[in-house]
Amino acid sequence: MPVRETIDSSSRTKMGFRFDLLVLAVALLSTPALSDLVLTRVDRRVDLTSHIVRIVSTLKVENTGKDSVSEVLLVFPERQAKNLAYLMAASSPGKGKAKASAVNLPVENFNSEGLPPALVAYSVSLPEGGLGKGASLTFDVSAVFTHSLLPFPEKITQADTQLLVFEESAYFLSPYAVKVQSLTVKLPHPRVESYTKLENTKVQGSEIKYGPYENLAPFSYSPIVVHFESNQPFVVARELVREIEVSHWGNVQVTENYNLVHGGSQIKGEFSRLDYQARPHIRGASAFKNLVAKLPPRAHSVYYRDAIGNISTSHLWGDSRKTELEIEPRYPMFGGWRTAFTIGYGLPLQDFLFELDGKRFLNITFGSPINEIIIDTLIVKVVLPEGSRDISVSAPFPVKQWQETKFSHLDVIGRPVIALEKSKVVPELDQYFQVYYKFNSISMFREPMMLISGFFLLFVACIVYVHADLSISKSSASYLAKLQWEEVQSVIQQVDNLVNRCLMVHDKLDASLRDLSRMGDVQACKAARKHADGLLKELSKELKPLLSFLQNSPQAAQILPKVEELVVKERELQDKLMVKHTTVVDCYEKKLSGREIENRIASQQNKITALRQEVDDLLDFIDEL
Amino acid sequence: MAAPEASTAAAATTSLRYAFGGVLSFFILLLIGVLAFSIRLFSVIKYESVIHEFDPYFNYRVTQFLTKNGIYDFWNWFDDRTWYPLGRVIGGTVYPGLTLTAGTLWWFLNSLNIPLSVETVCVFTAPIFSAFASWATYLLTKEVKGAGAGLTAAALLAMVPSYISRSVAGSYDNEAVAIFALIFTFFLYIKTLNTGSLFYATLNAISYFYMVCSWGGYTFIINLIPMHVLLCIVTGRYSSRLYIAYAPLVVLGTLLAALVPVVGFNAVMTSEHFASFLVFIIIHVVALVYYIKGILSPKMFKLAVTLVLSAGLIVCFAVVAILIALVASSPTKGWSGRSLSLLDPTYASKYIPIIASVSEHQPPTWPSYFMDINVLAFLVPAGIIACFLPLSDASSFVVLYIVTSVYFSGVMVRLMLVLAPAACIMSGIALSEAFDTLTRSIKFQLPGISGGNSEANAGDASSASASAQNDVIKADKTEETAKERPSRKSKKKEKEPVERPPRNPRNAKKLLVLPFEASIVGIFLLVLLGAFYVVHCVWAAAEAYSAPSIVLTSHSHDGLHVFDDFREAYAWLSHNTEVDDKVASWWDYGYQTTAMANRTVIVDNNTWNNTHIATVGTAMSSPEKAAWEIFSSLDVKYVLVVFGGLVGYPSDDINKFLWMVRIGGGVFPHIKEPDYLRDGQYRIDSEATPTMLNCLMYKLSYYRFVETDGKAFDRVRRTEIGKKHFKLTHFEEVFTTHHWMVRLYKLKPPKNRLRGKTKKSKAKTSSASSSKRSGKITRNPWQ
Repeated sequence: MPVRETIDSSSRTKMGFRFDLLVLAVALLSTPALSDLVLTRVDRRVDLTSHIVRIVSTLKVENTGKDSVSEVLLVFPERQAKNLAYLMAASSPGKGKAKASAVNLPVENFNSEGLPPALVAYSVSLPEGGLGKGASLTFDVSAVFTHSLLPFPEKITQADTQLLVFEESAYFLSPYAVKVQSLTVKLPHPRVESYTKLENTKVQGSEIKYGPYENLAPFSYSPIVVHFESNQPFVVARELVREIEVSHWGNVQVTENYNLVHGGSQIKGEFSRLDYQARPHIRGASAFKNLVAKLPPRAHSVYYRDAIGNISTSHLWGDSRKTELEIEPRYPMFGGWRTAFTIGYGLPLQDFLFELDGKRFLNITFGSPINEIIIDTLIVKVVLPEGSRDISVSAPFPVKQWQETKFSHLDVIGRPVIALEKSKVVPELDQYFQVYYKFNSISMFREPMMLISGFFLLFVACIVYVHADLSISKSSASYLAKLQWEEVQSVIQQVDNLVNRCLMVHDKLDASLRDLSRMGDVQACKAARKHADGLLKELSKELKPLLSFLQNSPQAAQILPKVEELVVKERELQDKLMVKHTTVVDCYEKKLSGREIENRIASQQNKITALRQEVDDLLDFIDEL
Repeated sequence: MAAPEASTAAAATTSLRYAFGGVLSFFILLLIGVLAFSIRLFSVIKYESVIHEFDPYFNYRVTQFLTKNGIYDFWNWFDDRTWYPLGRVIGGTVYPGLTLTAGTLWWFLNSLNIPLSVETVCVFTAPIFSAFASWATYLLTKEVKGAGAGLTAAALLAMVPSYISRSVAGSYDNEAVAIFALIFTFFLYIKTLNTGSLFYATLNAISYFYMVCSWGGYTFIINLIPMHVLLCIVTGRYSSRLYIAYAPLVVLGTLLAALVPVVGFNAVMTSEHFASFLVFIIIHVVALVYYIKGILSPKMFKLAVTLVLSAGLIVCFAVVAILIALVASSPTKGWSGRSLSLLDPTYASKYIPIIASVSEHQPPTWPSYFMDINVLAFLVPAGIIACFLPLSDASSFVVLYIVTSVYFSGVMVRLMLVLAPAACIMSGIALSEAFDTLTRSIKFQLPGISGGNSEANAGDASSASASAQNDVIKADKTEETAKERPSRKSKKKEKEPVERPPRNPRNAKKLLVLPFEASIVGIFLLVLLGAFYVVHCVWAAAEAYSAPSIVLTSHSHDGLHVFDDFREAYAWLSHNTEVDDKVASWWDYGYQTTAMANRTVIVDNNTWNNTHIATVGTAMSSPEKAAWEIFSSLDVKYVLVVFGGLVGYPSDDINKFLWMVRIGGGVFPHIKEPDYLRDGQYRIDSEATPTMLNCLMYKLSYYRFVETDGKAFDRVRRTEIGKKHFKLTHFEEVFTTHHWMVRLYKLKPPKNRLRGKTKKSKAKTSSASSSKRSGKITRNPWQ
């Protein structure tokens, strides 16, 4: 099990060698209660290939006392413990070091009373009732430290390579006596600037070996310093805020805001792009250009941007097991340079959200997807859909936790947000955590319904507005006048229609005349005239009430003369047409020639055309109103 | 019998037809709005949702401030991050319309819990307002020439390239909302003129107020409307409607305009506004005369006229003399520099290099007319003719509008933007009239079709007779006068089923009917013309005007290449320098530096202080030591130069350098333009003058440039540079972007003991000429 440790801000200690106090303290004390255990063998492997220091120690513990012991203490100097990000112990039953059968041992903070000052202790609980008399157990302790590699010199130029200093004790610091022990330091390069030479120190390629040392007293301490070259990317996120937003419409949206710094030696003097572009591996060896993030499989809608817009230097590829995103910050990151950016991606809901006993739970990773990154402060915010309740979190390690509310698209009461904070996060802490909550699926439809009803109401309001009479006073003169005017208009419209129909009848009369000229059917023509006459009479009858209405209406005073004129003209036109019609028919009966007929009706025809013109003009005039 | 029934049925059909037309227009307008919005999204799709260019960054920054700190802090905002050490009173020197609009939009959306970022709102403000602008165009043109012309004009405006160039998504500039305000103000003016309604007159004043808030171009309105009023009076078209349209606008509008801090008392004190007051007086005199004329007999009236004229003229002369004396006493005659350069196009180049140096203040070339308004340029004359048939108050206004805007666009290329709506309205009228004529000619000559239609529509007893009539018409066509009869007939028949077509049939009667084939061909050609316009507009929107200018792309054989150097530099500045560091650069990059890098700048695009700009120009033109002294006296820590020589980016600082010399030399006479020119030519190769080769701009641009290819070949100037190997003594390079487009230098700390003498420029070879180059700087000529 991982470590339960105090949360403190990891301030970087300056380069200093303050071991003297510690060594003194160590020499003074040894607590008898702890001496029942003996470490028969300790092998430590320090991995310095990246800027995260990983120490894996294999301990073989033997109980030399009478009582069975249930816990083993691990101690670290305070300076180291401050940077301890992760501590895990795993036992491997039997001799074989098969990792598959490894059993995690719970690790807890130990009240370090009775221990020398400046030491921090953790206790490892042993399995199955502890270690009996004379029994022995082998287990691995893996510890991960942030900011334990200090750049020295602190400032380098663009062309220099970065040198780092690592401090450790050649002897395993332990409250127990150690019989045999060894230490291996693995470096990224064989190039070592300097290292502390003790007895039994060997350099093999890129590894430095100390030991074996035998039979050392408890709290033995012998500081060593390794000063070596490393151009590994020193990626430190001073702050990372991950926002995981769950939408039950099928998406988990992850947004990660990085605040990044190159934690290595700071650049001094000029930065020359020329040198960097010409020989990037020499004049820019300490810089890093890109970062690789391993996103979950089926991640989609990936974006990479910062406050001033999209950053176009990124690549994305993926297969069924993972999605890999390679991002380049806007500029190459030299020591001390900072940048900030945002990565966002969507994940399919069914991969991360499950249901259990009527509760839903989100199962998602805690840390950052970027490789080999140290995060000083990580805040994970899980935004649950509006209406979620009974929220609980299960995290594999202790975190600071609080709740917020976030208002997003069309929220009314806001979405519950679970915020988790953890400092000193290393890739080892990128474990799954769970958020349990209850959510009613009906709530999903609330927002669409809100939109629909909103638009519905809008349309209803429009309809009401169009149909409602919004005049303030129903009895005001202008309102009444308006009503009257509308009435007059409709009447005039009717008059207009009637006159138009009269004109239609006229056209029919004309048509009948033409029929006559073609077919010579006088009777039919007469019948047509009679019919037309009847129609016209009816129409003029209909006109009368309308006209009298207009005459009585004060509103129509202006237009009345025109209307009357129209009616008069139309009547005149009727008469003329009838006369013409009669004449033509008579002529036909007398079997006059076509030319003669035309001569006879020519004058009438002229008048008719003129009248027709006038009527049309009047109609147009009235139409215009 | 069935007469009342029939008439109500007919009335129902009519209203249904109107309703149908209304719904159709509504949907067409909706689609036009969608078109106007979406054609401007090319920049977002092809690039990204980002603020463009220079001025929009300032507006964006102001909007951010507004949304964060609220309206009162905004009015009182003194910005100490620009014009160091002077600072700038933003609240009192900025046209707040755009900012307030976007801020309100943002606030509204956020209060609905739609969490859009300020940037998103800013990016999409311009497209939204172009949709509004096209609707306003519809309303305006509808008032002038009816709904058909309105729809056509709206569709044309939705995609006119000139307007697109200023309102693509991300182009968050004053013009984006101002064009809408301009058209809408004109619409309300015409509406008031047509209705004589005081309600619209008040709305007009409010709309004018919005325009004043948005853009300095409001002076165009307050000069154009008085001109039109004067025109109406002179041509004897005075009416009470005209009075209602004008008098409230001047009174309310001026009062409201004076509320805008940036305008303030300018609304009554500067010459730009005098025309409106003069016409205000005239219209009152005229109104009085009309009134007196109404109450007096003609004889008395004549007497009164002679009396008043003789007395009035004396008073008038006195007043005019006083006015002229007042105006003449001020050095610029009461006109701002930009307005003066509008009246006298050569003014700026003669007296104010800072105005002349801006590329968009240059007169446009002929191709830019074709580029920006395309076929509209050919349709405009037709539209003007259509406006004269018949000439109404409204159509005379649009004619006046197009004439003045053509003049202004000819003076300054950015005022093409004011021309664009006028051209769209005119072309809309022209196209609509042409279509009207052609389709009507076709309709009247296709009696079969119209008869068939009427039959289908009528569906009552008259159908039988109608078909009979058709036969008759066909039969008679040969004998009867071929032209008049059928048209009369078909008109009648059209009338018959639907009782009354919505448009006036009298027009049809008067129209000359074109031959059938000619009409078909005409319509085909018009559609072709329209299609050509659409293709051009889409091309312009997609290719020519969508680039955000802070991101450049180039297509090479191995695909798209992105040049994101500006943001690289700004991001570097914002993350890796102290918050209070001062950055010196040419003023073009001031807004971007404050907005994107959040660093204090010495000068920016709000070129209000010529001396300060000249100081920076002088520093850039001086040798290193002198420049260092100038810069360190201004607390400058970093110097930013834009250099395009490596990748061939033409609007870099070397190409703008001559303007720095000119502007610097205008204030500090020891900088002389001829010193930088060899035989009147601006060159940076081995023939360049020593002054040129030793000035700071040259050195900062070409520092270690020779080591890139060994020859130091400048791809913009297409030559090898003159001085290749040199060291910087007072500056050090701290950052250069990936393509070398932005180079940042830091001032070295002063040495304890100065070494002897620094080199000074000796040679003073003279010559004079210019290679005019300047960045695409968005500047407001009205400010």
